[in-house]
Amino acid sequence: MGLLDQEFTEGNIVIAKTEDLFNWARLSSLWQVGFGLACCAIEMMATSASHYDFDRFGVIPRPSPRQSDVIIISGTVTLKMAIRVKRLYEQMPDPKYVISMGSCANCGGPYWEHGYHVLKGVDRVIPVDVYVPGCPPRPEALLEGLLKLQEKIRNESIVKKSA
Amino acid sequence: MKTAEEIFNLLKAKFGDSIIELKSDKPIDLFILVNPLEVDKICLYLREEKDLQFDSLMNLSGVDDANGEKVKDEKGLETIQGGTLSVYYHLESTSLKHKLTLKVSTSREKPEVVTVTESWKSADWHEREAYDMYGIIFINHPDLRRILMPYDWEFGYPLRKDYKNPEFYQGMKVPY
Repeated sequence: MGLLDQEFTEGNIVIAKTEDLFNWARLSSLWQVGFGLACCAIEMMATSASHYDFDRFGVIPRPSPRQSDVIIISGTVTLKMAIRVKRLYEQMPDPKYVISMGSCANCGGPYWEHGYHVLKGVDRVIPVDVYVPGCPPRPEALLEGLLKLQEKIRNESIVKKSA
Repeated sequence: MKTAEEIFNLLKAKFGDSIIELKSDKPIDLFILVNPLEVDKICLYLREEKDLQFDSLMNLSGVDDANGEKVKDEKGLETIQGGTLSVYYHLESTSLKHKLTLKVSTSREKPEVVTVTESWKSADWHEREAYDMYGIIFINHPDLRRILMPYDWEFGYPLRKDYKNPEFYQGMKVPY
C-alpha cells in the first residue's frame, strides 16, 4: 500500500498520516450492499463467486445497508425502484460510495427512449462515484470499476471528500 | 379433441347472441368474438363441459386496437376517441389436447369486461396487468389494482397508443 509499506522496518512501529491510514482502511474492505437489480446482478454475483473472487479486494456482500460502504447499482432502475434505491443509499453510513454498473444504471441503456417506467440514469437520484459501461459489463470490467473507486478513495482528504 | 368450428357451434347453441362471430383472419388462428359482459359464464362453461375441459388459461392479454378517431387538442397532443380496446384469451385443454382463442372488444371510453378469475385463478394477475397497461376494468375482480406500475401512478395507462409520459414523477425527471 505504498506509503504504509515503506514504514515497516524495525521496531514494529509504523508512522503514517491518519489520512493515509483511514483511506487505506476504507479502500481495503469495501463492503457492498447485498442487493441486485437485473441481469447485471448476475454478472455481479459471478464477480463475487470463486472464479473472479471479489473478496480478494475486501468486497463482501453485506445484507444490511447500515453496515455497508459501497452500493453497486447493478441493473435497470425503474421509477418504482428508484425511490427504494434512494432510501437504501440514505440508510448507509458515511463514508459511502456508489458504483453504477451497466448501461441501464448509467443512462437508461436500451430503455432510454421508450422506457416509460425507467429512470434514465441512477445519478438522477443518488451521486455516483464510478460508472462501469457494458450491457452487462463483464466481471473484469466491474473489477476495473472497483479498482478505480479504490484509487479515488486512496487520494481522498479528510478535509474534502473527493469520491 | 374439438376444432374451433365445433366449439363455436356448441357455444352458439348454448349462449345465442352473446357469441358474436367466428373469425378467420389468416394467417392467425381462428378466434371467437364474444360479449364482454358474458365472458365469465362462457369461460365457466368451456372449463366445466366434459367435451371441452379447458382447464388452462395459457394467456390473457389486452390490446389497444387504436381504431378510433385521432383528435388533436389545442396543445397539439394527439388523443384517440372512440374505437375499442380488446382482450384475448388463449385457452388450452391439457387433457383433451385442444386449444381455443377468445376475443372480447369493449369501448375505449368505458372499457368493462367481466373477470374470469372464477374459472381460472391465474387470470387474477393477468387481468391486473391488462388493467395496469390499458385501463380495462374487470368487473367482479377480487383485487383490481396496478401490478407493475407504482400504485400512485396517475399519468394513465402506458400501453395505450395515445399515452403520453409525464415530465416528472415524484421529483424525478422521466424523459431522457
